[in-house]
Amino acid sequence: MRAITAEGLVKVYRTRKTEVRALDGVDLEVEEGTVLGLLGPNGAGKTTAVRILATLLKPDAGRATVAGYDVATQPEAIRRVIGLSGQYAAVDENLTGRENLWLFGRLYQLGSAEATKRAGELLAQFDLVDAADRVVKTYSGGMRRRLDLGAALIGRPRLLILDEPTTGLDPRSRIGMWDVIRTLVREGVTLLLTTQYLEEADELADSIAVVDHGKIIARGTADELKLQVGGERMEVVVHDRARTEDAARIMSAIGVGQASIDEHTRRVTVPSDGGSKRLAIVIRDLDEAGILIDDIALRRPTLDDVFLALTGHVAEEAPASTTAGRAA
Amino acid sequence: MSRPAPALRAVGALAGYELRLTARRGENLLVTIVIPAGVLLFFGTIGVVPGIDGRPVDFLLPGTLALAVIASGLASLGIVTAYERVYGVLKRLGGAPLPAWGLVAAKLAAVLALELVQVAVLVAVGAGALGWRPSPAASLPLLVIALVLGTAAFAGLGLLLAGTLRAEATLAIANGLFLACLVLGGIVLPLDQLPAPLEAVARLLPAGALADLFRAALTGAPNPVGPAVALAAWAVGAAALAVRTFRWD
Repeated sequence: MRAITAEGLVKVYRTRKTEVRALDGVDLEVEEGTVLGLLGPNGAGKTTAVRILATLLKPDAGRATVAGYDVATQPEAIRRVIGLSGQYAAVDENLTGRENLWLFGRLYQLGSAEATKRAGELLAQFDLVDAADRVVKTYSGGMRRRLDLGAALIGRPRLLILDEPTTGLDPRSRIGMWDVIRTLVREGVTLLLTTQYLEEADELADSIAVVDHGKIIARGTADELKLQVGGERMEVVVHDRARTEDAARIMSAIGVGQASIDEHTRRVTVPSDGGSKRLAIVIRDLDEAGILIDDIALRRPTLDDVFLALTGHVAEEAPASTTAGRAA
Repeated sequence: MSRPAPALRAVGALAGYELRLTARRGENLLVTIVIPAGVLLFFGTIGVVPGIDGRPVDFLLPGTLALAVIASGLASLGIVTAYERVYGVLKRLGGAPLPAWGLVAAKLAAVLALELVQVAVLVAVGAGALGWRPSPAASLPLLVIALVLGTAAFAGLGLLLAGTLRAEATLAIANGLFLACLVLGGIVLPLDQLPAPLEAVARLLPAGALADLFRAALTGAPNPVGPAVALAAWAVGAAALAVRTFRWD
């Protein structure tokens, strides 16, 4: 059984002067018990897709079902069975963590005693017991995200939609959040996740759909995508701008495929499959050629690398006006 | 258990939290309780209201009741809801299995509950400090009608602002309208004391109608039908527009 299906979803935002096709014919399928990652830069249309599937927004064209219910005709049924956790950790700041969860329990039509019990369970599960009776205003970013996720889980949903669950978190909180999400998935929850981070999709998703300008430009498992993108990257910042071309020629011979040059930052990058050994060769050969370097690194591919490989351009920021309320 | 009952209980729970949040926000208490009570006490103590027969408190208490409803419905509800949209609280609530009418019902229930507190405070100030006593001709049913129609009209206006404008604009306009209502709403100054063109405009606004209706309820003044009809028209119009234009995010 498919937890989510979507066919030809279109959403156009019009302002007086411009027209932004936030979604331009998106098809999606998520099998029950699996994790789909929607990967793309800001403004690619990820959040719009999520809002349509969560019945917060009506598409201009296309059809979608969630848990077997039609988003156009059965929004209430969908809201009852999904858990949605948003980008902005939207829980009320002037309520305590416990009050927020209790209130959501009541909104999900638990009895008062049951809502109290469930709130207690979730506070314990998300490591918020000590902060439970403080107002959310005093919470850190990571604590807010955990509380927001807790609110999404209050009705024990079988299907969870997480919109950029770790954007803006520090690395430690991000890894903590990943552990929490992995545990949920192990317990059998179906998950649709949006993210700007390839690493995050890699960590959490069974399959990935890459979104750009409202269209899905690639699909596959993390390994399939990485094969297209070409594994890790060797990256060098050349001291002398005039030598970037020479460095790129040398690095192309060591790495896999053509090295790219960013003139502005004097950065030369090439995909590699040989780990630190190849990096040592880069250092040796550049040194022999008399090319001085300011910085050198071996790093995992980023969203920019995916986009460069798939589209030939780096991930661009769409106009900030495409989603109202973003500026907040 | 029948299906609607849990939904209504959810509405009740949300209304309770709305009320609790109002009590936690100092600025809400200032505008909804302290300012109307302060206006009543100040003008009642000075004891000068131009152009009325009888005691100032009999004019001022119904006026400040109207001001209290305007503060709760237009200023407090409108501004809070506008910021709830900015902070994503509305989106969060919109994702819960609670129908839109449930959220609005909860907010209105919280406003009505707050108004009961306001009525109690204003009546206590009027009776305790200014010697107000209810007239034998006072009508409790008419008082309830005034509260309900006034709440629908001003909460509708508040939600209309919150649903269509930026939060900052809602804040500015709601506060501006609150002040305009205080001066032009027949609250501390009878409308017939205004310059003629202003009076003509003020008579069309819902604040004057609400104050007149409260006056009719408390003093048994004749003919509350005109203000009641005017206020009902505002209530229907504002609520309908608010529903049509409201956005969750």
